[in-house]
Amino acid sequence: MAASESLWSTLTAPLIRQNPVMLQILGICSALAVTTSLDTALTMSASLTVVVVMAAGVISLIRRHIPNSIRLIVQIIIIASMVIVTDQFLKAYFFELSQRLSVFVSLIATNCIVLGRTESYARNHRPLPSMVDALGSGLGYGLVLTLIGACRELFGSGKLLGHQVLPLAEQGGWFTPLSLMLMAPSAFFLLGGLVWAVRSIWPEQADAPDFPPHDLREER
Amino acid sequence: MADLGALFLRAAFVENMPLTYFLGLCTFLALSRRPDTAFGLGLAITVVMGVSVPLNQLIYAGILAPGAWRWAGMPEIDLSYLSLITFIGVIAATVQLLEMVLERFMPRIHASFGVFLPLLTVQCAILGGSLFMVERRYDLAEAAVYGVGSGAGFALAVVMLGAIRSRLAYADLPAGLRGLGIAFLLAGMMSLGFSSFAQMAAQ
Repeated sequence: MAASESLWSTLTAPLIRQNPVMLQILGICSALAVTTSLDTALTMSASLTVVVVMAAGVISLIRRHIPNSIRLIVQIIIIASMVIVTDQFLKAYFFELSQRLSVFVSLIATNCIVLGRTESYARNHRPLPSMVDALGSGLGYGLVLTLIGACRELFGSGKLLGHQVLPLAEQGGWFTPLSLMLMAPSAFFLLGGLVWAVRSIWPEQADAPDFPPHDLREER
Repeated sequence: MADLGALFLRAAFVENMPLTYFLGLCTFLALSRRPDTAFGLGLAITVVMGVSVPLNQLIYAGILAPGAWRWAGMPEIDLSYLSLITFIGVIAATVQLLEMVLERFMPRIHASFGVFLPLLTVQCAILGGSLFMVERRYDLAEAAVYGVGSGAGFALAVVMLGAIRSRLAYADLPAGLRGLGIAFLLAGMMSLGFSSFAQMAAQ
């Protein structure tokens, strides 16, 4: 019972409270570029989750046989192989999506989340917990991507997954699309706002100020 | 020549790595607290990209591209699926070599930006540069210009963000916005500024 409970907390901790994207500044490189629409965001999250779970499992299986001095190279090569398999799979079965994702699927190889999980967790844990931990991180990443992707697609073109949700003004509806949402800056603004919201709800995540201001109220 | 100049400007400004393609954001945000560390990082990235992108172009065109083995009588061989692993290997080797050379011959420069070099092995912007180079079919000269240009663009952006953030250290921000939050908003505004370069290029 205790074991399954700790597995559950390993799985759920990275979703919000330990979110890899928002708290640890990991893996945002690719997170923002693919969020112009919901379907690319979902594909990207799924690919990343698959890669991170498989890589964590494999590395955890051979963790006793990896010499410590070359462990980074071994990990990167395992991750890169997983990424190549995923990329080839997408090209074979979802060609159009893989064209729109362009180089970003390949860039999962340098995504800090994957290397971070294998380096800090899978390297010294048993396969099952490391895969659960990797799954949690992948889902946490996917959650942020899905949120931002949904916002950008909904407000940028009034669609969700390609279906018109908000009727456009030029087609007789009321919604005028915000073209800013389809451009690069909006992703920064949305993610910044998301970080702000999460850190206001859970203040323990906030960074300490570089130079704490003098509190005048205490002196009075 | 004019084409190469235009390519340099395009790589540095219009297609700025962190601000329009979101590449290399992890280091972009994590190491931009102060302008001097940001400058060291930018310099390191420019050097590594300037070396690794043309090198990868040579390897891709000579060994990995479809039909590259035609001279050996094997035109049907297509090794392009290996490019990802090769590029990562080449970048890691470049970084390692550069670090050793700098440490041996230019210890002062090594002291100023050598600490960032190991980080660059898994930097998305550098790998992304090589992948874009393949996708857009650059030749060797174009690859070299593109590598240096996008490295310089990254350096410019990261130094600017570092300068703004060091000023903001004295500002009294809302608690939730401190650090990462405000860095994202700043990057967004800089990205808004850089998107006007795209308009200039279009005209």
